[in-house]
Amino acid sequence: MLPQVLFLYFAFAIVALSLAVITRKNPVHSVIFMLVLFFHIAALYLTLNAEFLAAIQIIVYAGAILVLFLFVVLMLNLKEEVTEHRYISLWAVGVLLSIAISAIFLMTLSSIPLGAKGVFSPDVIASETHTVALGKLLYTEFLYPFEIASVILLVAIVGAVVLAKKRLKS
Amino acid sequence: MLIMPGGYVPIDYLPVLIFMVIASAFGLGALLVGSIFRPRRPYPEKLMPYESGNPPVGEPRYRFSIKFYIIAMLFVVFDVETVFLYPWAVVFDKIGLYAFVEMMIFIAILLVGYVYAWKKEAFKWD
Amino acid sequence: MDHIVTDILEFIFLMWFAIFSAGTLDVLINIGIIILKIAAVVAVVMTHVAYATYFERKAIGHMQVRLGPMRVGPHGILQPIADFVKLFFKEDIIPAQADKPLFYIAPVIAVFAAMSSLAVIPFFNGFVIANLNIGLLFILAMSSIGAYGIIMAGWSSNSKYSFLGGLRSSAQVISYEIAMGLSLVGVVMMAGSLNLTDIVKAQQAYPLKMYIFPQFLGFFVFMVAAFAETNRTPFDLPEAESELVAGYFVEYSGMRFALFFAAEYIGMILMALLGAICYLGGWNGPFQIPYIPFAWLLVKVYCIVFLFYWVRATVPRYRYDQLMALGWKIMIPLTLLNIVITGVIKILT
Repeated sequence: MLPQVLFLYFAFAIVALSLAVITRKNPVHSVIFMLVLFFHIAALYLTLNAEFLAAIQIIVYAGAILVLFLFVVLMLNLKEEVTEHRYISLWAVGVLLSIAISAIFLMTLSSIPLGAKGVFSPDVIASETHTVALGKLLYTEFLYPFEIASVILLVAIVGAVVLAKKRLKS
Repeated sequence: MLIMPGGYVPIDYLPVLIFMVIASAFGLGALLVGSIFRPRRPYPEKLMPYESGNPPVGEPRYRFSIKFYIIAMLFVVFDVETVFLYPWAVVFDKIGLYAFVEMMIFIAILLVGYVYAWKKEAFKWD
Repeated sequence: MDHIVTDILEFIFLMWFAIFSAGTLDVLINIGIIILKIAAVVAVVMTHVAYATYFERKAIGHMQVRLGPMRVGPHGILQPIADFVKLFFKEDIIPAQADKPLFYIAPVIAVFAAMSSLAVIPFFNGFVIANLNIGLLFILAMSSIGAYGIIMAGWSSNSKYSFLGGLRSSAQVISYEIAMGLSLVGVVMMAGSLNLTDIVKAQQAYPLKMYIFPQFLGFFVFMVAAFAETNRTPFDLPEAESELVAGYFVEYSGMRFALFFAAEYIGMILMALLGAICYLGGWNGPFQIPYIPFAWLLVKVYCIVFLFYWVRATVPRYRYDQLMALGWKIMIPLTLLNIVITGVIKILT
């Protein structure tokens, strides 16, 4: 009973907060709503007993990536959102289109097949803590993806330096 | 018919939630209670941004150095690296030498990027 | 579409049921106990925050052959109370061009981030508000949220000084966050756990029941990063009063300023607690002190806090480029070296 209530709360809150993020005129306010949104996503991980992922959600997404967003927003120095011309001038068409797309999503919702449950249920994780369960798998079975991650991070470093240095010179 | 994952109540985190609520209430409460007692006599000069007594000149939110942006980018990368190190450190005893070697490879690859950033003077502030 | 309506009705029913179902009394009693524990921790920590300001002024005063506060009460012992009363009744000035909602919440975010971390601190054996398996990561997560308070305050004030102070401070905090995170990896490797209670218990097998000897490199980097994270001298660039007036909180006055101030001191005490728990053996000591289970932790925290004062009275401020270079070029390689050394020693033994 309680798990469902928790999930429904987080589901609704996440949708509501995402709407808040995209409807704010001031991008800095959007970032703050996104921060609250990330806390809700972290809590959603907790309902799967995936506490390490919850911590990562806050440390990496809220603490690092969103700070980067904030720096970009501040650097662009937009007090109000730049008003672009609308792609579709009739708002009714937009509303109609979005209703149609939502209807398609809702209709297909019932036909999504649920996959088989994995080994790591919340109870299994609870027996050896989430960090250990994740660490054991990541550093033995999923060794290659892990090492590839370092190459991706390397690309990110080089990319950041190259792009920024180019702008610094010009 | 709703598809609901989860099914686990993270009861260990209830005290954390309560603590967070109390911490926010502490901050908000201090401000709200204070607002009853403190004076409020604003006039335009008082509400001007502080600039050592002179009237403010120019835009307060100017474009700042791209350096800050590089630091933020590098921070994201190294933060992710740190995050990979934590589960590794926790299971280090259980896996042993194998884990050590693979993490050395991981760090070595990242060190290439680190040295590159250093050589390109990304850490230099001028 | 029909079943969606019934689902929503079911949801409302579930909510109602969850709140008024049987066993509510037990839950309420448990929540009551948790709230009492939190109130005790907050009260103790806030008293320490108040008197940390007093002892800082006293200690630095004596180091500079001054007396420090002397007027309010004997030897100025009531000074923090006088300060609080003054700040409480000060006028609250909000700059005309400020972004009001953000200006309001920025100090609350700062206090929230600093205070929430206390939830996972084990004060003595068995006394911790939330015994999380990822306690250490929780503290790192909360300290990364602290950067928002700083940037938001700097940006929303609509002042050049605060904007630059906020930028500088956030860049500094995130740079040293990496050094801090990496320095603690050595401790986690030795303890094999992210649970702070387990980390304390794992240290009992080591000399003086502390990790500081095998992890001295980590401890050094941790302390330097702790100084930078809490914006303390010699890394108090963001509030460099000689050039930026007060940095990101120039425009803050009265109670709002007090909240930033409190957040900074809570942060300092938190870093002292974390250092004492991860490197100095937490509540364990060479011998048991009867009746006061947290006595050793207090002694260790006071020593680290005194170190903060001592350094402030001794070391001049770093230049900004030196600060960033120190963080990125010296501290991060040192932590990586520490991890490699710790790993090699663990493999060999």
